[in-house]
Amino acid sequence: MFQSNKDRLLTALVIGMAAIAGSIVVIIAIFVVKESIPAMTHIGGSRFLTDESWHPADDAPRGQFNLLPILLGTVLSSMGAICVAAPLGVLSAVFCQFYAPLRVARWYRMIIELMAGVPSVVFGLWGLVVLVPIVASIHPPGQSLFTGIIILTLMILPTVVLLTDAAFSSVSHSYRQGAAALGLSRATTVLSVMIPAAWSGIVTAVLLGLVRALGETMAVVMVCGNVVRLPKGLFDPVRTLTGTIALEMGYARGDHRASLFFCGMVLLILVAVLVASIEIANRRGRHDTT
Amino acid sequence: MNRSFRAAAVVVAIACAIVAGCESRSTAPTSSKPIEIKQVTITGASTLAPLLSEIAKRFEKENPSIRIDVQTGGSSRGVSDTRSGLVDIGMVSRDLKSDEGDLQRFKIARDGVCLIVHKDNPVPSLSREQIVSIYTGGIRNWKDVGGVDSPITVVNKAEGRSTLEVFTGHFKIDSRKIHADVVIGDNEQGVKTVAGNPLAIGYVSIGTAEYDRESGIPIRLLPLEGIEASVKNVANGTFPMSRTLHLVTKSEPQGAVKEVVEFATSPKVHDLVRGLSFVPIE
Repeated sequence: MFQSNKDRLLTALVIGMAAIAGSIVVIIAIFVVKESIPAMTHIGGSRFLTDESWHPADDAPRGQFNLLPILLGTVLSSMGAICVAAPLGVLSAVFCQFYAPLRVARWYRMIIELMAGVPSVVFGLWGLVVLVPIVASIHPPGQSLFTGIIILTLMILPTVVLLTDAAFSSVSHSYRQGAAALGLSRATTVLSVMIPAAWSGIVTAVLLGLVRALGETMAVVMVCGNVVRLPKGLFDPVRTLTGTIALEMGYARGDHRASLFFCGMVLLILVAVLVASIEIANRRGRHDTT
Repeated sequence: MNRSFRAAAVVVAIACAIVAGCESRSTAPTSSKPIEIKQVTITGASTLAPLLSEIAKRFEKENPSIRIDVQTGGSSRGVSDTRSGLVDIGMVSRDLKSDEGDLQRFKIARDGVCLIVHKDNPVPSLSREQIVSIYTGGIRNWKDVGGVDSPITVVNKAEGRSTLEVFTGHFKIDSRKIHADVVIGDNEQGVKTVAGNPLAIGYVSIGTAEYDRESGIPIRLLPLEGIEASVKNVANGTFPMSRTLHLVTKSEPQGAVKEVVEFATSPKVHDLVRGLSFVPIE
């Protein structure tokens, strides 16, 4: 119970800063929900699923507010990206930890960190001027779900690699020594010892990658085509929730504006579910290792 | 422990006070100042709002005693609120209707929209019917309009964009009937999309298109009804898909309102007009 003045001050500062950071998130969430209430009362939740199309510029009675193609576009592009990025990222981390010579591993990590620092708009611009024409020559128009998945994969790959790598590093050294003492092969060590031990960290890495894919905006707007229509194939254009907000917010008012906040709220809920899953995965992980 | 929590509460309270203080200072800047500050309110077309906000910023720098508040709500609200005296100036992005002759009008800029294709596209021009048919899904292949045998990539603007309004207004297309392959946001994105796809057709602001073509981006501006798409033809009013952007006031402007209107229609803001890809009125 003895506390110096310095101690008290630091404690107060730390608690204060944490409170500010935490309350900002809560305030934003409350604001988004509050602004989307007109959408739910005027338009009604069910119309977001049953309306004919997405033409929100007219007010509630005349406008059309079908969010389903947008929701599906968001989920398909993010899931597609994580399906590619998860195996690629986890195996890259395995290479980095267990197969690469020390110097190669260091360089490899640096390259991936560099990739993590590339701003999303740069990926988008590259996608639009390089990738889209290539895809267009295979299957026009080029701006499509497929192009979006490629760009998103590139963007979330560093997240998955670096977090998985960190998860492997945090596994107790005795596991590796134990495996070596038992004379296990490298493959057995990785598959039966290290991956199970780091499992909750790997799941967290993949889910955080998915969160980043869901929230990505600029790059997606540039390469996905943004047509609000249920895609019939990989080369059809799609619209995402974030893209809808970015494309339309400058001109939206009334119910249109409220419906964009509704998009934001749906995104928040999606992300909240993912964060909760991360928490569950971590809790399981703790139970397994103790 | 208890004391440190109390101290923490103080820190949070101070932080909140600072945040709240900043906010109230920015929202109610005029209430406690001893110098008299005149407020000019503007509302109307969302097309014009970004331009007027820029003009307001420059005007306030030169005239610190006048504050300009720019809001949006559409051209019709601009007219009705100006008429009822709720605001000082209205922004109108369409030609004024015959029953709106009671308002004073001031031309502020012109806005022209043209169709663009890739430079390598051999189609020299398209008729009104062909354009409507391409955008509503009737014509799906370039060979039907004299081009190569490949599908057309139709580039459309996102809901609510003013260029979309001008386009659908000119061709009398219901925006719900448009069958697009790519939807874009701003003009630059439209130019890049068409420049990267030789099979694409899109429409953008003429100011942007002309500037980008001059800087070597491989696009071509399609003429409309035989008239070349150029900033010059928008300025002299001959290009058909264009409109004049107006400011309106209830009566002959006086005092601060007069100063604002004169500033907004003067050559001092032509660079801002061009910056938002509109065409200044000489």
